Amino acid sequence: MNDVSEISYAEAIKDAMAIALQADERVFLMGEDIGVYGGAFQVTGDLVHRFGEDRVIDMPISELAGAGVAVGAAVNGLRPILEFQFSDFAALAMEQIANQAAKMRYMLGGEVSVPVVMRFPSGSGTGAAAQHSQSLEAWFGHVPGLKVVQPSTPYDAKGLLLAALEDPDPVMIFEHKLLYKVKGEVPEGHYTVPIGKAAVVLEGRDLTIVASSIMVPRALDAAGELARQGVSAEVIDLRTIRPLDRETIVKSVCKTHRLLCVYEGVKTLGIGAEVSASVVESEAFDFLDAPIVRLGGAESPIPYNPELEKAAVPQKENIIDAALALASGVR
Amino acid sequence: MTGYFKQQASPENLDDRPFAIRHYSADRLKDALYRMHLIRRFEESAEDCYMRGLIHGTMHLSIGQEASAMGACMSLTPDDQITSTHRGHGHCIAKGADVARMFAEFFGRQTGYCKGRGGSMHIADVAGGNLGANGIVAGGIPIAVGAAMANKRLHPGRVVVSFFGDGANNEGAFHESLNMASVWKLPVIFVCENNGYGMSTSTARSTAVEHIATRAGGYNMPAGIVDGNNFSDVTEAMQPALRRARTGGGPSLLECKTYRWRGHSKSDRNLYRTKEEIQQWQRKDPIARFESSLLEYGIATQHQIQQTADRVEGDIERAIDYAKESPQPSVKDLLKYVYTEQQTP
Ligand SMILES: Cc1ncc(C[n+]2csc(CCOP(=O)(O)OP(=O)(O)O)c2C)c(N)n1
Ligand SMILES: [Mg+2]
Repeated sequence: MNDVSEISYAEAIKDAMAIALQADERVFLMGEDIGVYGGAFQVTGDLVHRFGEDRVIDMPISELAGAGVAVGAAVNGLRPILEFQFSDFAALAMEQIANQAAKMRYMLGGEVSVPVVMRFPSGSGTGAAAQHSQSLEAWFGHVPGLKVVQPSTPYDAKGLLLAALEDPDPVMIFEHKLLYKVKGEVPEGHYTVPIGKAAVVLEGRDLTIVASSIMVPRALDAAGELARQGVSAEVIDLRTIRPLDRETIVKSVCKTHRLLCVYEGVKTLGIGAEVSASVVESEAFDFLDAPIVRLGGAESPIPYNPELEKAAVPQKENIIDAALALASGVR
Repeated sequence: MTGYFKQQASPENLDDRPFAIRHYSADRLKDALYRMHLIRRFEESAEDCYMRGLIHGTMHLSIGQEASAMGACMSLTPDDQITSTHRGHGHCIAKGADVARMFAEFFGRQTGYCKGRGGSMHIADVAGGNLGANGIVAGGIPIAVGAAMANKRLHPGRVVVSFFGDGANNEGAFHESLNMASVWKLPVIFVCENNGYGMSTSTARSTAVEHIATRAGGYNMPAGIVDGNNFSDVTEAMQPALRRARTGGGPSLLECKTYRWRGHSKSDRNLYRTKEEIQQWQRKDPIARFESSLLEYGIATQHQIQQTADRVEGDIERAIDYAKESPQPSVKDLLKYVYTEQQTP
């Protein structure tokens, strides 16, 4: 058994990258200011000093070409990890991600694989306003050919990144900026967390809260309060949104009969819609005792004002209120 | 041709024959002629199949541009790679693809290069070094740079040639890619086939500089302009670019001035140009010019040229038969190749 230590989410990601750089010559990192600067969120940190400028590459501020270069390098046998400075800047690279990386294997009849990993610091809560705070994972989740993960803990952040590097297809990792400093137990050395598998992180009886990314710790906090009020919540961490682990969701709802879905991305046409549909399209439909509730981001850009910003995405209190209303019949 | 790209005739024998005639064996030159005919007849036949409803979708023909495709690929090894464009049949054939598998792809068959999933606009031959045509203008350029980056590490000496049109030079991907390739000195050659138009829009109306080669200055890389309808000139201009790429010097940009005889795609009514303009360029037929050069320098006889054309005719016929007889992909495999098949542990 590996030793376990308390490290932050950012350190866990860096640890995964260091392990990969050490173990596999083909792995390299590319991004803006990821070298001596250490990355906008200090995720790559000192890796450039350990692995050199040929493996930790500062690239020009050229997101589109950066993504394309990563795709070409992946097709030709390297294992690039491309860091976006902010997930919002993926908009500049969407061509290469959605039209090239995602489709190349299919268009070419299976003649190539595109084992590229892209990391996107995302989410609100930093006061960075509308163009540096979005949660865009659902955009990517809509594209066959991509895999999309959202780690919520240091353990998963490391394990999912190492799994992404072993995956032959493009994996998009949405990291939450507010989680970077959060600490958790992380085993040393190599391990993976399977892509495509959700986790039941808290077992409960009365309702299922399906959450992703930062909404997982918020849902767990809320569940503590709910327990004090006599409501037993089961919390599922989606971890991957494409491919979605419908089985785990359906199984839980069959047990609890109630579903609350919490995510930071804009509420409509997003993760909540897909999770809800998965339930109503399944045998769990017959078990539902109440309408499904979605808690998602407001139908607005992320505002600058701190109170407005908080109001734009689900907070612990919103989760508690929604859960209590949803579970009102059971107490 | 600008200085950097012009080869010196060797001073000893003061040989003033065109570069290609001096540089390549007679067999290789005849093979180049064969391939140029093959491109022309492949596209004419594909067009014919399209008109007869045997091929669906659309296609972009490069008829009139054969010398730039063939010239740029002439000194590539099988291990060198290319990325191509929506107008990519010529590049594919010039890089060595089998026209039977190309036709099979156009017919949507399982035996096609992309197993019927790609069609004309995504024609590729990965094993032969063609990473694919592209439905997105300038889409292949960054990929070529990335492929070159991997080659620099894993297969030093290998070169990637990225073909694109004049229209692509106004995309951000072009500018970002040239800059990145130059900063990192990557073994890639950017080959712009400037046929004067992006769909209906002339370069004069779309591009702030007269020559796309001028753009290279902003990225500190050598650039050349050649008559893209002159096979020898294209092969000649490729030499210093290849040398530079293979020896770690970095990228170059080559602009081939050429012209497409056909409309942009199957829906073009040619309202933006005159018949006279088209005819004027047809008088500069790259294949006819190459043939006269082969005749003039005694590389091939009229009889041999005729034999080449006849051989192409037979090969095209057999290729179409192969495509027609090839199996359709199974609908149950619709989702195959979205992701890489993995053994479940
Ligand atoms: C990003 C993008 N924009 C527009 C188009 C539509 N389109 C396809 S080809 C083309 C013209 C391209 O011109 P050029 O690069 O000169 O190539 P040519 O067709 O002349 O070979 C256009 C506008 C596209 N496929 N992709
Ligand atoms: Mg053009």
